[in-house]
Amino acid sequence: MLRREFPLAITCVVGLFMVIGLFVPERHFTAGRTEVESWAIIIRAFAAVLGVANIGRISYLRISRREHEWVYHVPLLIGLVGMIVLGVGGSLGSAPLFGIAEGTFFNDLYMNVYVPMQGTMFALLAFFIASAAFRAFRVRSFEAGLLALAALLVMLGRVPIGAEIWDQLPLISDWIMNIPNNAAKRAILIGAALGAIATGLKVILGLERNYLGGE
Amino acid sequence: MEAGRALTPPGPGPSAPHTTIVRGAASLCGLLLLVLLTVDAAAETVGPPTSAPATLTFGRPGDDGIPPAPDSVGVADIPNDGGEALRVSWKAEAETGVRGYIILRAESADGPFAAIDTVDAATASFTDAAGPGHPLRNGVTYHYRVAALGELGDSESATVTGTARQSFFNTDRLNLLVLLALFFGLVLAYTRQAANHARRGGMPFVRKIAGLTAIEEAIGRATEMGRAVLYVPGIDDANNIQTIYSMIILGNVARTVARYETPLIVPVCRAFVVPLAEETVKQGYVDAGRPDAYVRNNIRYLSDEQFAFTAGVDGIMLREKPAANLFLGSFFAESLILAETGFATGAVQIAGTANIHQLPFFVVACDYTLIGEEFYAASAYLAREPKLIGVLKGTDWMKVILIALMLIGILTESAGWEGFRRWFVLR
Repeated sequence: MLRREFPLAITCVVGLFMVIGLFVPERHFTAGRTEVESWAIIIRAFAAVLGVANIGRISYLRISRREHEWVYHVPLLIGLVGMIVLGVGGSLGSAPLFGIAEGTFFNDLYMNVYVPMQGTMFALLAFFIASAAFRAFRVRSFEAGLLALAALLVMLGRVPIGAEIWDQLPLISDWIMNIPNNAAKRAILIGAALGAIATGLKVILGLERNYLGGE
Repeated sequence: MEAGRALTPPGPGPSAPHTTIVRGAASLCGLLLLVLLTVDAAAETVGPPTSAPATLTFGRPGDDGIPPAPDSVGVADIPNDGGEALRVSWKAEAETGVRGYIILRAESADGPFAAIDTVDAATASFTDAAGPGHPLRNGVTYHYRVAALGELGDSESATVTGTARQSFFNTDRLNLLVLLALFFGLVLAYTRQAANHARRGGMPFVRKIAGLTAIEEAIGRATEMGRAVLYVPGIDDANNIQTIYSMIILGNVARTVARYETPLIVPVCRAFVVPLAEETVKQGYVDAGRPDAYVRNNIRYLSDEQFAFTAGVDGIMLREKPAANLFLGSFFAESLILAETGFATGAVQIAGTANIHQLPFFVVACDYTLIGEEFYAASAYLAREPKLIGVLKGTDWMKVILIALMLIGILTESAGWEGFRRWFVLR
């Protein structure tokens, strides 16, 4: 009982406090809101331990049981432990082996291994956009035809050759983006914003309590 | 007198002398320097000795190069705050050779006055707000002077006083409060109405949302194929309402998955979401009467880093080949990478997000996409809980009101009356 009701009561009180604080600039209220936000940041920082524990547990079990493709978890664990030791193991030694400053082993690994890999993942987006666009612009219905036509006009209006073909194309492109596109975007945005506020209210009132987990 | 002093804020040292004797001496020095400058016709610009101390001295108003004291100086409390700001204003006299203004403050009318900031000649007001190095306390009366900086000297205004008062209600946000109260009222009224309706055996109508109906079909397909269901709750933290809502939908999905005895894989991008996801899925299995089928290791924290997480999820999709991919939550640039990889594996894909910029990517790469508000309707739709459907109804009526307000706004703006629109501007 308490495991459900107590968190619900905390959620309700803190939620209402934060909503009321939006309208009450009184100093204690403002200080209270800032304090609560600071708590949230601190609690989130502790959650990193949970993440590491989750990775460690799953990887250890997979390796020890020789589960399917367990071998991928070996470099994962080595990377996890290695970066932690190199980064926070300052008491074990000094730079360049330990520490996170520029010129350290940790920083070199981060900048020369992790960052390029991250860039590679992001770069895949360009190819995926092309393949997704190819499928999206196949004219299979009236709506798909409209989409393809609008896309063609917008694309042509935004490249130099578009203006060369017809000087009105950039204007048409801007009109499509600023009027119908903006109207649709704002309609979705208003609906989503109301949904978000309603969800907040449901959470505060305890109508939604799935996220609290088990009894 | 210190001629041609740079417009930089004086340091927090001892306050400037303000007695008549000092002022007279300073004026005399100013005159002497003026004579020297006049003799030295070649010197077009006058600079202070490089070692000159940055202290305030004041010449006599009316002297050449000394601007008149700022006029119409006043102090007013900034409304709608916690009593932590005052606005000092004066009449800017840029045409009289003023190079800038120094604002001085004291807690006593007798001083000492300390310079707190310098502004340029075109500025006619200064907001003195509490902050590091600027202590300003609620209910305390502060005394201000404004000194006009001239080429050859400065002259300061008379002392004005002001008291910062805290407000208990921010009147600038009255419009927001009214609309929020209206919305909350509608939601509560329709929630109650739906609950009463359900007690009499009825159920409020909800239009069919194809994407939500398809969730159960996708889980059924995964069951038939003997493969897992992949649920990605976005990449944002638990402070994002979309992530919270994704957890709510995850609870419903977990119940269905547990009934079908299909594995559910939940990769998580934020460590803080791990316990939320674990508890939610576990509860779903308990609710379905299959707590034994819950596999804790299927809630997998991958990385807090966006593309490391994306690579991890792509790896799961390519290696474990789930038959249904559900992307429900807050997504950013990784949305298309995930959805296209999922498409390549042949999985049924259902996405939902309120991040408007990612919707086109999901629309082209997924079988079903929950657009904005549809995403927030999911739990009511899936659970068929009357109270939650009541919330949906309240939200819909609020949309009707907003559309009506927008139409009124169009008419009033077209008629040239801006008051209606202005009332909605948030300050």
